[in-house]
Amino acid sequence: MLASIVSHGLALGAVYALIGITYNVMFSASRVFSFTAGMLGMLGGVLGALFISKLGLPAIAGFVLVLVCGAVLGIVTEIVTVRPVLKSIEQHLYVLSTLAFALMVQQVTAIEWGTEAQPFPRLIPIGPGWLDQQFWLPMLACAVTIVGLEFLYRRSLVGRAFLAIAEDSYAARALGLPEQRLRLASYALAGMIGTLAGFSGAEMQLAYFGNQAVLNFYGFVPVALGGMGSNRGAVIGGLALGLFQQAANFLVGGIFAAVAVFVVFILVLLLRPEGLAGAASARRV
Amino acid sequence: MMDATASSPAARPRAAGWFARLEGALPWLALAVIGVGLPLLDDSYIGVIAQRACIYWILCAGLNLVVGFAGQIAIGWVALLTLGAYTTAVLTAGKATAEWHPYLALMASAVAGAVFGVVVGLPALRLRTFYFAMTTLGFATIVTQVALAWNSVTGGGVGTPGPVFPWPFDPGWGFYYFCLGLAALATWMTANIASSRFGRALVAIRDAEVAAEASGIAKPALLITVFLFSGALAGVAGGLFSSLQSYITPDAFTFDLSVLFFIAILIGGRGSIMGPLLGTIILTALPEFAAPLVAWSTFLYAALLLVIVLAIPGGIADLLDYKNRRPLQQHREIVPRPELLAHVLDRAGGPGGVIELKDIALHFGGVRAIDGIDLEIRAGEVHGLIGPNGSGKTTTLNVISGYYAPGTGHARLNGADLPFNAPSARAGYRIARTFQTPRIVGGASVLENVMIGGTIDGRGSFTESMLALPRHRRDEARLREAGMLALATVGLDQLGAVRADRLQHSELRFMEIARALMLRPAFLLLDEPAAGLSAEEIKRLGALIVAISRAGTGVLLVEHHADLIFEICDRVTVLNLGKVLAAGTPDEIRSHREVVNAYLGG
Repeated sequence: MLASIVSHGLALGAVYALIGITYNVMFSASRVFSFTAGMLGMLGGVLGALFISKLGLPAIAGFVLVLVCGAVLGIVTEIVTVRPVLKSIEQHLYVLSTLAFALMVQQVTAIEWGTEAQPFPRLIPIGPGWLDQQFWLPMLACAVTIVGLEFLYRRSLVGRAFLAIAEDSYAARALGLPEQRLRLASYALAGMIGTLAGFSGAEMQLAYFGNQAVLNFYGFVPVALGGMGSNRGAVIGGLALGLFQQAANFLVGGIFAAVAVFVVFILVLLLRPEGLAGAASARRV
Repeated sequence: MMDATASSPAARPRAAGWFARLEGALPWLALAVIGVGLPLLDDSYIGVIAQRACIYWILCAGLNLVVGFAGQIAIGWVALLTLGAYTTAVLTAGKATAEWHPYLALMASAVAGAVFGVVVGLPALRLRTFYFAMTTLGFATIVTQVALAWNSVTGGGVGTPGPVFPWPFDPGWGFYYFCLGLAALATWMTANIASSRFGRALVAIRDAEVAAEASGIAKPALLITVFLFSGALAGVAGGLFSSLQSYITPDAFTFDLSVLFFIAILIGGRGSIMGPLLGTIILTALPEFAAPLVAWSTFLYAALLLVIVLAIPGGIADLLDYKNRRPLQQHREIVPRPELLAHVLDRAGGPGGVIELKDIALHFGGVRAIDGIDLEIRAGEVHGLIGPNGSGKTTTLNVISGYYAPGTGHARLNGADLPFNAPSARAGYRIARTFQTPRIVGGASVLENVMIGGTIDGRGSFTESMLALPRHRRDEARLREAGMLALATVGLDQLGAVRADRLQHSELRFMEIARALMLRPAFLLLDEPAAGLSAEEIKRLGALIVAISRAGTGVLLVEHHADLIFEICDRVTVLNLGKVLAAGTPDEIRSHREVVNAYLGG
């Protein structure tokens, strides 16, 4: 039972962590929390199943196509829902515009793909137990993403430009950084990470339009726990959430697990709104 | 019942008063006639849709105060509908207790809704926007899951039968009139709140939270009251919904429903009652009359929301608000009438003493914003605070008005310590302020903006306002009169009915002073009131400030216009790098060598 809790928990946690990173990448580039994070995760599963199972594409081609779709959706998100409301960010209209866009995509998915959860193809037939794709694929995806992001942000010039914009977009623009293009690139990157999350976790969570709300919420918990903008915080928070959820699932049953996660989430937010690892900062007047 | 932001009858000339009132009441009359006359159509299908619209509106009326007025992004309000529905259904069916009478069970739903309204809403006191949206979303998910799992009470996935309300509101048109009556009641109550000082305070929290605090509006108490009220309405709506559905399962309470409520309000327009009401009716009816659209209804709502957010953020209410599209007079002049100050500042307790700052120091991280400041503001004097940018002027002002707690030092009012980190308590001490950038409610009228300043002088409770009891009406009349007087004093009385965001920058500065005067302040802190004003306006502002101080108010004037400072101040303090460089009379300062070198130039 312990092995099952740990393997399920870490795998689910990796998916949550990736969605959390998706939130973070978009947030860093624009100070916007976008409801499209869960949508991307949901689409990763649905599009993967569509390309590979339904259309019969080779797994690799299907995977690449999913990521491309994610990048395109990320760009559309930025152009349609973020850029127009960025000027008056203090009104928080982005909450509504991204929610509206995510709901539109979800509804199209529900109608075109169906509201039933459908199985996701097994790509690498090894197993059972730990070797099963559904466990190691999310963890691998998460590890690759976090290492890749660290490398991008700390080692490459483009990555440093990302960081500069995240720190102070006004100053970054004054330095002549192409803020708009970098933001667009960030959203494309977030689109890929989000669909990667969904793709890697889809054997566990199935290709299901309803995953959107679930991933939106459980993917945001690691961000709240780890502090917004912190990818390492999101990974630690995500894995902890996955383990906690699975343990609670086995020990007290699914409903109470959901209630427990919710209670922990609310408590952390109320007691430390800046996250367990974050630093408070506020000058309002 | 008036649209809260669109109109303010008293501000208009008397002669046109009855006509304007009729103009405002016309849409309501039309809706009432349609609502009461609907059974004449004798179409039970339309009846069901109308019942649903009424029930949804009962929930939306309350949610409107949360979303439209207070600006809290509560997207998971379906949770309270679910709760209300199950409470009524389960209590009536007698699954957990003895069988309750349906009407009694409906009341229990209201109570349950009110309690959980506060539970869902509570995080809003600390969390902002997206975080709060997430908590409500999470709550909506949890409630459905609990309904699914708590088999013995809710019937799990199989569900539970809804109650049948006995005579006189039995199923059919009887039940319709029950829903319609409750919807009308909900409309009336929320409209009363919207046009009361509580409604204005909610809007102030939404658009100008800092100014709301400075006016003495305590956000927690107000929001909790609103969550109680809104939750109770949602609970009632849930109880009625369970009867309408006749059989409820967790599937009936999809997130789509939550989206419908939320979007109906935003499409209607924030800070309006009529707009969201129309929004609710349209969104409820639309898919019913266009059958092929049913599957696409959520898509349509979402697309509509996107269009609204990007193209017409004001919603339907803005489109209907033709009065505020009438052109304003060009080349307006602000002519203050300081002679009215005696009435505005009419104070029973006499003028109030002195504020003393002693050795105040405040650091932001490693930055020493202010570093040991002494300052005295005396009643009846204008005290100038000048210095280069970053010398700590505004920070000092923020310490006095309670936004920051200094690391060391103390502030005393007539010898008693002023508490820090309590900005909303300052109004109680009659300390008023204005802001470097005017903090205003753009969508509300100028008069309403000014009336916000008098919030703490209201006597009536939330309930009294909700039911439009005499004390509420007296409050409103008094605040309105005081607001007009304050506007006349600063020279803006012609613009009382105009939306504040249509004013020029200089007019907003005077409007902020009028709002501050509503407190009948013992002390008035002005943060660069002359910035952006013309030479003539600065002159009039100077005269007004002097008149305010001569009426017994202690004025602290943070300014960059040296001419104005030296002309009207009784004493001047010069800051540099967070320290007091010099203090004294204007003449002493003007000839102070270091001040001339550091700041004035010469």
